[in-house]
This record gives sequence, structure tokens and C-alpha cells, in this order.
Amino acid sequence: MVVPSLKLQDLIEEIRGARTQAQEREVIQKECAHIRASFRDGDPMLRHQQLAKLLYVHMLGYPAHFGQMECLKLIASSRFTDKRVGYLGAMLLLDERHDAHLLITNSIKNDLSQGIQPVQGLALCTLSTMGSAEMCRDLATEVEKLLLQPSPYVRKKAILTAVHMIRKVPELSNVFLPPCAKLLHERHHGKAVGLPILCFRSVDKRIENWTGTPAYRRRVAHIHRHTRSRLLPLAPPFTSPTLTPGILLGTVTLITELCERSPEALRHFRKVVPQLAQILQTLVTTGYSTEHSISGVNDPFLQVQILHLLRILGRNHEESSETMNDLLAQVATNTDTSRNAGNAVLFETVLTIMDIRSTAGLRVLAVNILGRFLHNSDRNIRYVALTSLLRLVQSDHSAVQRHRPTVVECLQETDASLSRRALELSLALVNGSNVRAMMQELQAFLESCPPDLRADCASGILLAAERFAPTKRWHIDTILHVLTTAGTHVRDDAVANLTQLIGGAQELHAYSVRRLYNALAEDISQQPLVQVAAWCIGEYGDLLLEGNFEEIEPLQVEEEEVLALLEKVLQSHMSLPATRGYALTALMKLSTRLRGDNNRIRQVVSIYGSCLDMELQQRAVEYDTLFRKYDHMRAAILEKMPLVERGGPQVDEEAKERKEAAQLSEVAPAPTESQASQLLDLLDLLDGASGNAQHPPLLDPSPGGALVHLLDLPCAPPPPAPIPDLKVFEREGVQLNLSFIRSPENPALLLIIITATNSSESDVTHFICQAAVPKSLQLQLQAPSGNTVPARGGLPITQLFRILNPNKAPLRLKLRLTYNHFGQSVQEIFEVNNLPVESWQ
Amino acid sequence: MIQAILVFNNHGKPRLVRFYQRFPEEIQQQIVRETFHLVLKRDDNICNFLEGGSLIGGSDYKLIYRHYATLYFVFCVDSSESELGILDLIQVFVETLDKCFENVCELDLIFHMDKVHYILQEVVMGGMVLETNMNEIVAQIEAQNRLEKSEGQGLG
Repeated sequence: MVVPSLKLQDLIEEIRGARTQAQEREVIQKECAHIRASFRDGDPMLRHQQLAKLLYVHMLGYPAHFGQMECLKLIASSRFTDKRVGYLGAMLLLDERHDAHLLITNSIKNDLSQGIQPVQGLALCTLSTMGSAEMCRDLATEVEKLLLQPSPYVRKKAILTAVHMIRKVPELSNVFLPPCAKLLHERHHGKAVGLPILCFRSVDKRIENWTGTPAYRRRVAHIHRHTRSRLLPLAPPFTSPTLTPGILLGTVTLITELCERSPEALRHFRKVVPQLAQILQTLVTTGYSTEHSISGVNDPFLQVQILHLLRILGRNHEESSETMNDLLAQVATNTDTSRNAGNAVLFETVLTIMDIRSTAGLRVLAVNILGRFLHNSDRNIRYVALTSLLRLVQSDHSAVQRHRPTVVECLQETDASLSRRALELSLALVNGSNVRAMMQELQAFLESCPPDLRADCASGILLAAERFAPTKRWHIDTILHVLTTAGTHVRDDAVANLTQLIGGAQELHAYSVRRLYNALAEDISQQPLVQVAAWCIGEYGDLLLEGNFEEIEPLQVEEEEVLALLEKVLQSHMSLPATRGYALTALMKLSTRLRGDNNRIRQVVSIYGSCLDMELQQRAVEYDTLFRKYDHMRAAILEKMPLVERGGPQVDEEAKERKEAAQLSEVAPAPTESQASQLLDLLDLLDGASGNAQHPPLLDPSPGGALVHLLDLPCAPPPPAPIPDLKVFEREGVQLNLSFIRSPENPALLLIIITATNSSESDVTHFICQAAVPKSLQLQLQAPSGNTVPARGGLPITQLFRILNPNKAPLRLKLRLTYNHFGQSVQEIFEVNNLPVESWQ
Repeated sequence: MIQAILVFNNHGKPRLVRFYQRFPEEIQQQIVRETFHLVLKRDDNICNFLEGGSLIGGSDYKLIYRHYATLYFVFCVDSSESELGILDLIQVFVETLDKCFENVCELDLIFHMDKVHYILQEVVMGGMVLETNMNEIVAQIEAQNRLEKSEGQGLG
């Protein structure tokens, strides 16, 4: 049965009539079948209707790819009706990934060159929406021709199409750059200024021929002259009234795109800054063009676009910035801010002022405007003010700081977008002097903020605390507070950071472990907190039990309580496996710290020996073995941890301990000395080829003694003075320099970078550098960056030497160079003299 | 640059979907749904700016929306556009629709989806603002409609 095909409206009616999703699908499937059939052998005149229906269905989310070829046919038709739908279909259904899209290139070409204006408009629109790189290349010349055509409608579309083309094929910038200057030279807000003047001209003529009473004539003429004299200074040479603001808008967009892509274009267009300023001035001062005005502001879109372009042109350029200063001041003070359009212009002005090399007075004005907007009742304004301030906070930090109180108030906003912006800005405003106050505010915010902001807030606070913490204790307190409030939202490395921080602050061990114990006793659900607390209790359990601290009320903590708490953590279903690992190890460590007997601990450890979790089971078995077979070593193994290096690969203390314990439990009980040497091996000091400069310092043969030394290490070593470079070799323009790098965390490691440069007229090839050091030192050479140094200051060769000098023996270095230069082979062997003492002391 | 323009009603049904950057079909539908959910959560007296969802663009993109009666007009833009300017642009678009359809309502958008596209094409092209003068736009649209009508009359 042939059901007549529905018209678009009827189809829509039917789809809306469908009560369920399934029904809707049925209707659509039926109709699609119709459409397919009609595409195959239906009436070509009605094809556009079919495609329109298909596009509707496509919008609802149903597949419509079989319509792609129809688009091509419709575009190729001569009727405007067909083309209209065909091009729309092409924009919605076709894209670069389908080969079919190239087939419309020819149709577009024909339409661009021979079509009537509406058709040209359609073609340009399609090209700018889905034009691929190949299409753009093919059609660039056509579009270029259209740029200078008389019709303003086509011109403005061609200009924007040019922008798209440049985005797709940057090389086309060369094609579109010359017309730009021409377009800009011709204009002067055509209609607004040109037309009234033309009108006046014709009125002049009519006044001459007029047959009213002389008095009346005189009055009119007088008014006319008066108005005209006010206008004329602005105008000439005005041109054809066919240049509309639409073209100006497009041109400015095109120039912006060109300038953003290439520095030469930027330099080229700096010349038009005066003209742009003139256009903007005209817009701001004239009130004539009512057509383009939005709530009283004269063409705000064009104003904003010009300001944006001026910003790009004036950035880092004194001369251009100077030309703009007065104008910007004028715009900033004269714009009517009662409506949104004026505010849009004002914001853009502020951004431009801050970005170019403006005068100090102007900058202050700009930041004050922003500050004023922060108090505005309109939330949109406040949002944009916060966003703008965020952009400025890097460059004009002190100016933005003045508005800190207002920003902090904005944290209380109920609006999620606003509070997010306020949070970002607040975090950016934290500095050394206001850190305590700001942290208080931010922590208060953390407690009440919406969940999606929690993670950002927490990590922001932690970062700021790290950078600006006035005291270690404050830092620890802050991190503790964050962990208790938003523990589940902190990043994974927060735990490691905190343990490292606590470990390094020896004077605060007692304080930390006490606070952590209290926090843990209250709440064992926040995993990062529990992990840190468990670790601390394990390490410093003895301090916990001592019981006297200055700041906190003395609370007698019993051993049994501590053990009970850790067991609770172990057994709780809220604890992650990692947390339980921490708890078990802490229990084990306490066996050496506590004074009581260890039966309870031994019990727990042996129970977990049959735990289903592999990790826990392994630990428990190892610890159990430690109790039973290697009890004499237990104290040594469970000693306090050395301070771990920051920044390198995460050193898992637990893993290291376990590794040691596992290795030892397999080997037969050995005397202490060889155990120490095994520890040395295990700690894997010499990092080999990994190139990682960080590694733990050497241990002395007696573990106890070494660890005490290590705990004495200052936590924040002062930055070393850089060791001066040394020129060691110079021959016929070939020079060899040494640079030294040494870090206080690794005094045993010295990095030397040799740089070979060539200022002669001939290349250096086959360059090989070898080195030798005294026996007490260890040398490792890494592969050089190359073995050729081109002539006349070509790219130098660099090579890295790593020298390990744990005993601080005097450094001596012998170098052997072989290379080809000026057609001859050169070999040089020499010892480096004058090595700076800082490199080995 | 404007990445996408979406118009949907209070129940999330799309009324106009226009992307200026290529996304596969399924992603387009997902974006519409995601945007709808984001925008629905917003009260009426908070600001009109939203950070974009994960699918469309990422951290550089914002959603700027306006709620008119039963419809949400959402423009997804990147940081090079002025936020307040886009708000005005949405207003211009809606006013133009109003002029072309005479007191536009949701039904007009539903039944004349193609016409809405044509009007939009005169305001925004290739993700950039083309024309903001309502009279210009309306004049163009009327000229094109007349053209279509004259062709149709030949058919009867």
C-alpha cells in the first residue's frame, strides 16, 4: 500500500503525537523508508521537502546519512528552494571525514562565481561551516574575488569565510592579507556617518530650489548648517554608503585572526591602529546609528571586536599603546553602564588597558572599574569581574590584592559558577603576608562548599600551605584540618607529603602524633587521615605515651588504647586495603616502642597471617616470622625511618621495609655487620642508567649510628651558590666548557655538563670526549647529544658526566678529545686544572 | 569562536542544534543531553554562565545561556568571546526570531526548524558573529522567502 508522503508539518505533528519513545521510533522509521524511496524515484520537485523532513529527524537523533547524496543533488539544482535545503543538509550531515564532501566543491565554485546574491551567501555559509582544508585551498581565489565585490551582503560573508579558511589552511593568510588593508582603508562606519551627509547634500540642493517663505527657509537652512558643521569634521573622505558595519565587523575579525597567526601580519597591521582608533572614537561619540545600537550603545559588537584587536596590536608595543591611551580612557569613562551592552564594552576596554603598555593611571582606573563591578548587584557582572581579575592576577598582583576582601566575600555566594571563580581567584591571591587570614577563610569555605568544588579547594589549600606556610606547625595543622574536613577529596600524594613533612619536623613529632591520635580516635573513616595517623603512631608511639606537651592538655594515653585503636582501624570495613597495611605495620613498629609485652600484637599479627587479602597476609607472615625467628633483629629493623627525599620517585617506606624483612627471613641468621652490608646493597644506591639524580645518601656500616646522623639533616637546606663554569679547552675556534651542578641533598653526586662549541669556519665531526677520574671516585658518562658541531656557532654538542664522590676526595679530571677539523684528525689529552673546590668539598 | 548553539525546551527536547565544530552524531546527542542537565540545575536568579561539560571542548569553553519561557538558548563559546557580548547576541537572535515569526513561541520553532536555521545563518556564520542589525537580517530573510515563493508559484 502506498501511503502518501507527509509534509514536514504533518510529520512533526505525528511525531509529537507519539506517546512513547517506541511509537516515535516507529513513525520515524516508516517515514524514513518513504524518504528513501522518494529519493530513489520520487518527484524531483518535492525532493527538498523530503530532505527537510530528514533534517528534522536528524535533529532528534536518528540516523540520516542516506540523505548525504541528496544534498549534493539539491545543491546542484538551479532552484533556490532546492539549494537552500541542500546547503543546510550539507552543513548538518556532511563533514570532512566523508569523502562525499569534496563533491560539493564544484557546485560551490559555480554558485560563488555565477549565482545570485542569496545563493552566493548560502555557498559561503556552507564553506565556512564545513569547509575542509582541500576545499578551502580550491576555493580561495573565488572567495578572494568576492571580498571586493560591491554587494555588502556578499562581502561580509566572504570576509568571515576567509577567517575560516585561514584557520583551516594557515598559508592562505598571504592571500587574504592584502584585501584587508584595502577594506579597512575604505571604510568609516558607512551608514552612520556617510548617509546623513549624503542626505544633507541632497537637502542643500532642495533648499536652493525651495519655494517656502524666506523666513522659514532661512530657519531650516540655519539648523541644517549648524548640524552639518558638527558632523562634517568627522566624515571625509566618507565613501559609498554600501560599506556597512557588518563588513567592518567581519574585517576586524579577519584582521584579528591574521594577527593571531603570524607575527609579520601583526607588524603589518600595527600601522592601522590610528584608523581603528578613529573608527572606535566615531562609534563612541556619535549617537547616530540607531540601527546597530543595542540599548543605547552604538554597535557594541563592533566596539568589542575593535577593542580586542587593539589589545592584540598594542601588546608589548609602546608606540601603538601610546596612540590608544587617550581613546581607552575616553571609552572607559564615557560608556553608559546601566545596560549590559555598555558593560560588555567596558569590560573589553579594561582587559585591553591591562594587556597593553598603558599608563599607570589608566591601569589603576581599570582595576578600580573591576573592583566596582564586584559590588554590582547583577550576578553576571560579578562573574565577569571575577574572571577578568583572574586574568590580571599574574601581571598586576598588587592591584588585584586591594580587592581581596571583596573577593573573599564572594566565596559565600550561593551561585556555583561565582563561588568557583571566587575560589580560583582567592587561591591566586594567597601570598606570604596574608596566608593565615586567607587560609582561615578558605578552610571555612571548605567546610561548606558544594561537593564538586571540594577537591579543587582542598588541593588549592594544600598547595598554598606548602608555598607560604609561616611555620611548620601551622602547616601541619592546616593539612590536618583539610584531611579531617575533606579527606576523601585530597590528592593521593597528600599522604606522602604530610608524612614527609612530619618526619622532617623533629621538634613537632610529639605534637603531631598527639593531634593525629586525637583525630583518629574521633573518626576512622577519612582514609588519608587514617593512613597518616597510623604511620605517625607507629613511628612515634613512644612520644605519644610520654604524655607531657606544652600546648595540649595532658591526656594520659594508655598503651592498650593505642593498640585498640589500631586494631579497630584494621578491622573496620571502611578501611581500604592500603590503610590496613599501614595499620598493621604501625602495630608492628609499636612492638619495639611500647614498654609492655607484645602478646597482643603478636596475636593480631598471627591472626592476619591467614587473611584473605594477599598484601596483608604477606605482611603478617613476615612480621610473624620476625617475632619467631629473628627477634634479635627486630629492634634494628623497626627503628625510626630515615628522612625520605622529596621529589624523586615515590619511595614506599613500607615496601622497603618489607623487602628487607623478606630477604632476611630467607637467609640464615647472620651477624650484624653483613646484615648492614646487605642493607647497603638493598638500598640500591647507584642509580645506573635511569639518570635520576635523587637517591638516598649512603649509610654508615652501623645502621643505628647512620640513622641518627640522617635525622640531624636540616629539613630545608639553603640553596647552594651556583658553581661557576669553567672553560677547559680552546683550539682554533673549538671550545670546551664545563658546567657543574651539585645539590645539597646529594652532596656525593656531581653532574658535569660539557659543551663543545665551534666558532671556526669548518665543521667539527666525529667528536668523541672521554674522561677519567681518580679511583676513589666513580664516573659515568651518558651519551652525547651528537658528534658534529657545525661551523660558525652551530648547535653545540653537550654531554653529561655523573661523578659519585661520597668521600669528598679532591676531584681530578682527565679528558681525551678526538675529532676531525679542517680536514685533519685531532687528538688532545689533558688534565683539567683549576677545578672549583665547590665541586667536591 | 562559538562552538555550538543549542535550543531545547524545559524537558530537554532539542529544538535547534547547530555545531560549528565537527562532532560525530552520537556525541552531538550526548552533548545536548549533558548540556540540558547542567542547565536545568541552575536557579533562575544566578548568573548565566556555566563552565562547559566534559564533552564539549574542556576548560577553555563556557556555556552562556538564557532562559525564555519554555526554551533554553545555550551558546557554547571559547575564551576569545566576550561573555556579556554573547548574552546580547542571544537577545538579538531571539528578537530577530520574534520579528520574523511575529510573537515567536516554541511551536514556531518546532514546526519551522528549517526557517530558524536560515535566520541563524544570517546572525552567526562559521562560529563568528556576522550581523547584529535586526532590520538587515529580517530584510534578507524576507528577500529569500520571496524568492522561494516565486519559484514555488511556478509549480502551482
